[in-house]
Amino acid sequence: MSSSVPATRPPSVVAGPGRLPAELCVQIYDLMLRTRMLEDRLITMYKQGEGFFWIGGPGEEAFSVPLGLLVDKGQGVDHDYLHLHYRCAGTLLAMGADPVDSIRQMRNAATDPYSRGRNFAGHFSNRAWNVVPVNSPIAVQFAVALGTARAQRAGTGAKGITIVEGGDAGTAEGDFASALVWSTRKGQELPLLMIVTNNRYGISTPYAGQHGYEQIADRGKAFGMPTQVIDGNDPEISYPALKHAIDYVRTERKPYLLEVMVSRLRGHSSASGANLVKGEIDCLERFEQTLDDRKLLTRADMDERRERYTHELAEASKRVRSEPHPAPSGVWDHIFADENLVGGRSGGRT
Amino acid sequence: MATMIQAIRMALHVGESRLGVTDIFGEDVGPPLGGVFTGTQGLETAWNTPLDERGIVGTAIGLALAGQKPVAEIQFCDYAFNTIDLLKIAGNICWSCAGDWNVPLVLMTPVGAGIRGSLYHSHSFDATATRLPGWKIVMPSTPLDAYGLMLSAIADPNPVMYLMPKALLRVKAEAGETIPGEPDDDKLLSSMIDAPLGDRSAWKPRWPELEEMYIPIGKARIARPGSHVTVLTYGRNVLMSLAAAAELAADGIDTEIVDLRSLHPYDWDAITASVRKTNRVLCVNEDTEITNFGEHLIRRITEELFYELHAPPRLLAGGHLPGIGLADSLEMASVPQKDGVKAMIAELARHEP
Repeated sequence: MSSSVPATRPPSVVAGPGRLPAELCVQIYDLMLRTRMLEDRLITMYKQGEGFFWIGGPGEEAFSVPLGLLVDKGQGVDHDYLHLHYRCAGTLLAMGADPVDSIRQMRNAATDPYSRGRNFAGHFSNRAWNVVPVNSPIAVQFAVALGTARAQRAGTGAKGITIVEGGDAGTAEGDFASALVWSTRKGQELPLLMIVTNNRYGISTPYAGQHGYEQIADRGKAFGMPTQVIDGNDPEISYPALKHAIDYVRTERKPYLLEVMVSRLRGHSSASGANLVKGEIDCLERFEQTLDDRKLLTRADMDERRERYTHELAEASKRVRSEPHPAPSGVWDHIFADENLVGGRSGGRT
Repeated sequence: MATMIQAIRMALHVGESRLGVTDIFGEDVGPPLGGVFTGTQGLETAWNTPLDERGIVGTAIGLALAGQKPVAEIQFCDYAFNTIDLLKIAGNICWSCAGDWNVPLVLMTPVGAGIRGSLYHSHSFDATATRLPGWKIVMPSTPLDAYGLMLSAIADPNPVMYLMPKALLRVKAEAGETIPGEPDDDKLLSSMIDAPLGDRSAWKPRWPELEEMYIPIGKARIARPGSHVTVLTYGRNVLMSLAAAAELAADGIDTEIVDLRSLHPYDWDAITASVRKTNRVLCVNEDTEITNFGEHLIRRITEELFYELHAPPRLLAGGHLPGIGLADSLEMASVPQKDGVKAMIAELARHEP
């Protein structure tokens, strides 16, 4: 396999069959760990009464982090639009978000840059990065994504694509069918990567209780779009699969349906206690074992990172405690925009 | 003089040729039909969607977020009810992210009764629309206002719902309500911008040299000045109320008709001035009467202008019915008609405190 390793690759980076380069593995691991420690911190904040409600993505890091590393980050149609799940903290951190901002949102502080204390944890928004505000009824975003994708369709010259992510249960909503229908019209195909993270539950309803078909990705086949089902618990599977899907959509300007099997380590949300769920694969533990086996990181190094991030986030949450909650009069702000912030090819960037 | 639907079409032409409109779309909006009411014939950016209102509203939101300027149509507002949560999302995006994003889209949809449209072509949407915070809601009653409100809707950086009173779409403008740039001759205008019957694949419109004219969102129009009774209304009921007022003038009743034009934001200053002048107020609209927009106006008038009133404020609205029946007798019994408006104005005018 050594002949397939590009000459430009640094000598320290060695990839085996189906393996990612060592440096990338360490980078992904570090972001997965940071994401997990962030989610742990947010859950602790919930349990200590510092936030009203927690929802997030422990168990999806092996997928959410590679996604954030692979998107073309920026503003306007020449970059990728992201209609994300609320389980995508890993994506945001991989894109370069400050985890303290998630702590601010968890505490519904006025300093929360995503919603200024208005929305739940994991409800990101960042216009400079094309991160469209996350809506709690996630599946509706499959309908909204059709519009950003249309603005990027073949013939427009736009370089970016649209990525929309929802859960398995939400695909029962008509919006998922809308995305299948609208994105595959002959001659009007949309550069849309549809991602379904399948954790096999809709809150408490098991997969088999709502889906009569084996895999959600199979629905894409009727529409003639390429589909793939992958193990989302392994970043060395999800990273190349995502790269393949993104490259396809970017080059072909056509849709792709990617179904990602993931774990739900803390249940749906704090409404079910946010306690550890037994019997689910923990992608972080699994990847730690991989790194250990390949001697890419020592256990001591991994433990040190874990301790450091835990400490940093605990300190950050203490600092955020002194940041103000939004003023009551602020409810009347931003009902309407006074100017068009999003206009034009650059999405309003000046 | 243009009809309202011609005025809307001309405004959309100005929108796509000068104001940055990128997409005009909906079911049967593109060629060959150009809209079931002809509103989008001959437009460069008009295209047909799948029969999927949720896809239409979602696409409009997404296009807006991606820096485009969409004008989407729901073919009849009767088909908009399955899009309510997407309409809520269009209205809450800017607020949810504290102004990080805005959603500059126009959603137009024909509303109301008056064409014998039975259950699914007669609905009103004003009560529902005004319960969607984050939207601006407009509804013209004349071709000139239809033109000017559409240009304002297109220019606005927020979601604007443009309710089209379907009974008025083919009504011609009154003298003196010329759209700047339209030819004086109706037949000439029609030959320029109305698609021919039959094969129209080779047809291209010849647009007149239109000037931009904006009716500001949030400003009412005094459709008829009067001193005895105020009628607060919009859309189809403006013409109905004007006809009623003309007949009542013979009986010495002088009615003021306030055409709200914008339901949100609405022109409270104009309402206040009129109520202070006449001291008697009637709200007229076609939507079902329970939790009706007119009820809101009456509530606010009662709270803020109570001591100005010489008679209890009244609402004349559609019955709280599951639908509008097809038979002429049923439709007439379901939504306000001229004689009912006339009787209620007269009753208010004669009411002694």
